[in-house]
Amino acid sequence: MQASTTYNEKVVRQFTIMTVVWGVVAMAAGVFIAAQLIWPALNFDIPWLSYGRLRPLHTNAAIFAFGGSALFATSYYCVQRTSGVRLFSDRLAAFTFWGWNAVIVLAAITLPLGLTMGKEYAELVWPIAILLAIVWVAYAVVFFGTIATRRVKHIYVANWFFGAFIITVAVLHIVNNLAIPVGPFWSYPVYSGAVDAMVQWWYGHNAVGFFLTAGFLGMMYYFVPKQAQRPIYSYRLSIVHFWALISLYMWAGPHHLHYTALPDWVQSLGMVFSLMLLAPSWGGMINGIMTLQGAWHKLRTDPILKFLIVALSFYGMSTFEGPMMSIKTVNALSHYTDWTIGHVHSGALGWVAMISIGSIYALFPRVFYREWYSVRLIEWHFWIATIGTVLYIAAMWIAGVMQGLMWRAVNEDGTLTYTFMEVLNATYPYYMVRLLGGALFLLGMLLMVYNVIQTLRTQPVQSEQPDPAEQMQRAHA
Amino acid sequence: MSSFWHWWVVLLTLGNIVFIAWLIRYTARRNPGEPAEGETTGHVYDGDLTEYNRPMPRWWLWMFWATIVFALVYLVLFPGLGNYSGVLGWSSTAQYEREVEQVEERLAPIFERYAAMEIDQLQEDSQAMATARRIFGNECAVCHGGDGGGTVGFPALNDGYFQWGGSFEEIQETIAGGRQANMPSHTGLDDEQLDALVAYVFNLADRDVPDPDLIPKGEELWDQQGCFACHGDDGTGMTALGAPDLTRGVYIYGGSAQAIRETIRDGREGEMPAFADRLGEDRVRLLSAYILQLSQ
Repeated sequence: MQASTTYNEKVVRQFTIMTVVWGVVAMAAGVFIAAQLIWPALNFDIPWLSYGRLRPLHTNAAIFAFGGSALFATSYYCVQRTSGVRLFSDRLAAFTFWGWNAVIVLAAITLPLGLTMGKEYAELVWPIAILLAIVWVAYAVVFFGTIATRRVKHIYVANWFFGAFIITVAVLHIVNNLAIPVGPFWSYPVYSGAVDAMVQWWYGHNAVGFFLTAGFLGMMYYFVPKQAQRPIYSYRLSIVHFWALISLYMWAGPHHLHYTALPDWVQSLGMVFSLMLLAPSWGGMINGIMTLQGAWHKLRTDPILKFLIVALSFYGMSTFEGPMMSIKTVNALSHYTDWTIGHVHSGALGWVAMISIGSIYALFPRVFYREWYSVRLIEWHFWIATIGTVLYIAAMWIAGVMQGLMWRAVNEDGTLTYTFMEVLNATYPYYMVRLLGGALFLLGMLLMVYNVIQTLRTQPVQSEQPDPAEQMQRAHA
Repeated sequence: MSSFWHWWVVLLTLGNIVFIAWLIRYTARRNPGEPAEGETTGHVYDGDLTEYNRPMPRWWLWMFWATIVFALVYLVLFPGLGNYSGVLGWSSTAQYEREVEQVEERLAPIFERYAAMEIDQLQEDSQAMATARRIFGNECAVCHGGDGGGTVGFPALNDGYFQWGGSFEEIQETIAGGRQANMPSHTGLDDEQLDALVAYVFNLADRDVPDPDLIPKGEELWDQQGCFACHGDDGTGMTALGAPDLTRGVYIYGGSAQAIRETIRDGREGEMPAFADRLGEDRVRLLSAYILQLSQ
């Protein structure tokens, strides 16, 4: 048990468990509001259950509670192991755990009450936003303090990505939340008009670029080579795609505001920089997938590796789709349709959730010193989650393109061919498929919960850290 | 944009692109002393994490260069670099105006024909009514319902009654200029008084009143509170103010005792938005003919 005294594994264990818990909460909320879109009566005429209030709860829970906890768990684990040193401060690390979860609980209370800043993915009212900023600074101190005291010469590539994610999210969160409070739950942003919109989507898209991309690439760079037991495909590729990714992402926000009051020149910059993002994004995918070179056979036997590699495939798919959607003429069709929802979920389910779930499956045995109760359940989880994701995004693609085409169809006399209601009616079958896809994804997550509980209840504690890669191969043989 | 910000944008944009181009070229080159291809960099982390020093995939590099070239060409042709408006002189406003102009030109003969027609001719012209129905479906149905049946807070248009007047001219005026209706609140009334007024309002429409003894008191309050000033002595309403006829037994905000009580106590504000700018005169006229037909 030497490792457990050298490294701070307690905070990693805490965040690991909360990743699974918040994952279920976030996905259950998503399934519920997907059902509300089909049967609006499911809000039961209770304001707290109305779609407009639960939707931000779902997004916050998915991104910050589930995704955030996974990032905390994996970054704390990775930075200690690859730096050969314990976390910089145990007390600050503990503060980030309790602080982060306090923010989530406060969000879960205030959002259903309708207390919101009204900015997408930045809904938290100012006192909670301040608490979040403090927690985040503590996170930065713990992470960079650990890097600064490391016992190896170089900084591992995963930590570049975790580091960029931590710094940038701090900047984004603080700049976008600059506001003048006028009451305990109310404030006015310091920006106005198109500037406010631009700051919001500069934040919004970089939340995607740094929280949901760079952070999870950090996760990928640790767990893919660990689980594949192979060297990273190309160090040079790491360098180029890292610096290109973090510098180009900064410009991409305006593509959320095509054909709006935003000046033309800003829209152009948003578009061309989004297009230049294609290659750096794919750099991460290539480096991850090609790391399996010489170990492709493991994909057949190792469900954890399946999660990681399929996640990278969805990452490649959505980072191809993103630049395409940022082209103005494509955006004219896709914007405001469910295509956007499909795109987001090919990232959120396919990439973020799959890479997190795979990484947690690889991390859990290492910090709880127990082998998995059931490898077969992991295999089941993988297939159910994959099918769920495909159903979800395919339904939303078809629905989105259909909506875009129906909205723009015009008769001889210049009137719109379809009314909004007709388009909505045509969308219902796809909403059903989406609900089914989401429910499957949730079901997979419940299998994970069961596996976690059974592992903690029945599996013996080992003195040496178990290697889940070996367990997967043993289970297959 | 001041010239400071113009150059700020230009330098940051081009600076980032140049940085990326340099980065690709610099990293693609093998520096002396670096490990050979197929060997790892020599860094080892956490026991077994290593990295190959492989070159970047060539197809990937070409894809990267292609997007960079596309970006630069685009920024020459279109606005992007600060105040520079691009070789093509394109702007979204100009494109919008040009497209609207083209559409208007194409549609002009259709609407000129409608404009020359009398109202009953319009109503008999199936093409005109089809156009009007589609405009109604996209512009009006969201509040008034696809069949014009209305819903709570939004008056029905298919029952022959219009609170702002049902003539062809009045309907056009309502659509073009919008309407602001205001039922004032009467928060000073106590429960008993509210019950009495509700009883009187029920009685105006010849509805069954649970407690008929309250009606005389309600009538007294009707006069005292000045309800007649808008709704008329006999409760038949006043189109000039948009005060609805209360003798019909049809109510915009619901006809239950509870709903009427709330209307009297808290007041109501109704707003019909103005569509003159959005639709133009010809379409408003066509729509009015359609709505009139709907109400018959």
